[in-house]
Amino acid sequence: MAMTIHVDIVSSEEKIFSGLAELVVAPATEGDVGITARHAPLLTRLKAGEVRVIIDNKQTLPFFISGGILEVQPHVVSVLADRAVRAKDIDEAAAIEARHRAEETLNDRSGKLDYAKAQLELIEAVAQLRTLDRWRKNR
Amino acid sequence: MAVGKEIRVKIASIKNTQKITRAMEKVATSKMRKTQMRMQATRPYSKKIAQIIRHLSHAKPEYTHSFMMNRPVKRVGVIILSTDRGLCGGLNSNLFRQALRQFLSWGKENIEVQVSVIGQKGCSFFNGFGVKIVAQATKLGNTPHLEDIIGVIKVMLDDYREGKIDELYVAYNEFVNTMTQRPKLEQLLPIKCNELAPELAGHWDYLYEPDAKEVLDDLLVRYVESLVFQGLVENNACEEAARMVAMKSASDNAGKLINELQLIYNKARQAAITQEISEIVGGAAAV
Repeated sequence: MAMTIHVDIVSSEEKIFSGLAELVVAPATEGDVGITARHAPLLTRLKAGEVRVIIDNKQTLPFFISGGILEVQPHVVSVLADRAVRAKDIDEAAAIEARHRAEETLNDRSGKLDYAKAQLELIEAVAQLRTLDRWRKNR
Repeated sequence: MAVGKEIRVKIASIKNTQKITRAMEKVATSKMRKTQMRMQATRPYSKKIAQIIRHLSHAKPEYTHSFMMNRPVKRVGVIILSTDRGLCGGLNSNLFRQALRQFLSWGKENIEVQVSVIGQKGCSFFNGFGVKIVAQATKLGNTPHLEDIIGVIKVMLDDYREGKIDELYVAYNEFVNTMTQRPKLEQLLPIKCNELAPELAGHWDYLYEPDAKEVLDDLLVRYVESLVFQGLVENNACEEAARMVAMKSASDNAGKLINELQLIYNKARQAAITQEISEIVGGAAAV
């Protein structure tokens, strides 16, 4: 077995995941990062998207987060998620609806609608759906 | 019989009150379990973020954030966490009393105070008090979310950044166990790194992406938020525990009162019967 690294994923309201993994892929603001054991200490912001925890080459766990902070110590990776959900818990209908809502708001430029907020909502919904799709394929 | 009608009415009304307090006790007991579980659930996050802050204080960052720098104190901010509903014993008043004591001692040093309040009880208390309230949030319900209190915290953090306040505190009730809740005033800003273990203090630093300032800003804001949120869920658990205890003692007291009244009623009734009999006997003897 390859070298493993301890991974903790916590959101402000609960602990999501804790355990060993070979590789963690997280959506940092500057692009996705992959962390393996003995990575240099790193502190970065995460955007909405999918955190993949690759436990070994058979098992991969996807998690959806809506943003947060990633901390890397040589043997521990911590993901502090603003809101994290296991991919299978994501309510697909809600995600699709949120996307529609956001798109409508975006298209409707006439009013004095909150453009930035709508964009954020859209990004979040799309990221959720992408996580769900990938989880389905790998099942 | 007309004897002791008032007493009977009184007993009935106390019995009704007792029913209510019993029901509230049961509700509080089940809610307490839930709020305690919630309190446990939020701990990993606050532990984790505190750990990162500790790591950060061991590292040698090339950039020191304003949240970590001490400056002379002219004005402080306090976030007060109270409950929305009453009937929970001395929970809120103990907290307010402790906060006021602290305000007084700040007042002696000519330090001004501004507060932001979470919870209905705190709002009504501090509104009538002449303390400057800069923000408030009420009706958060049994399962408060972080989103609900971000606004209140942000007001304070902005003031801190602009130099309007020099220290920030949070006041809440610490959950010791079901019977004991301790009011607590905790310093949030500047962040105290008192647990600095010298042997761990290295000459390393994190890699920051995109850069130290932005990441630290995000992280420290989240740290403060997590502390306040942890305080809030703890305060919620305290509320239910205190309500349970208060309602239990109220039910017990009602029971005692009923027993006493029952005794008085029985005695009065007995006296009336005795009197009637002696009247009859006296009447018969006179015939």
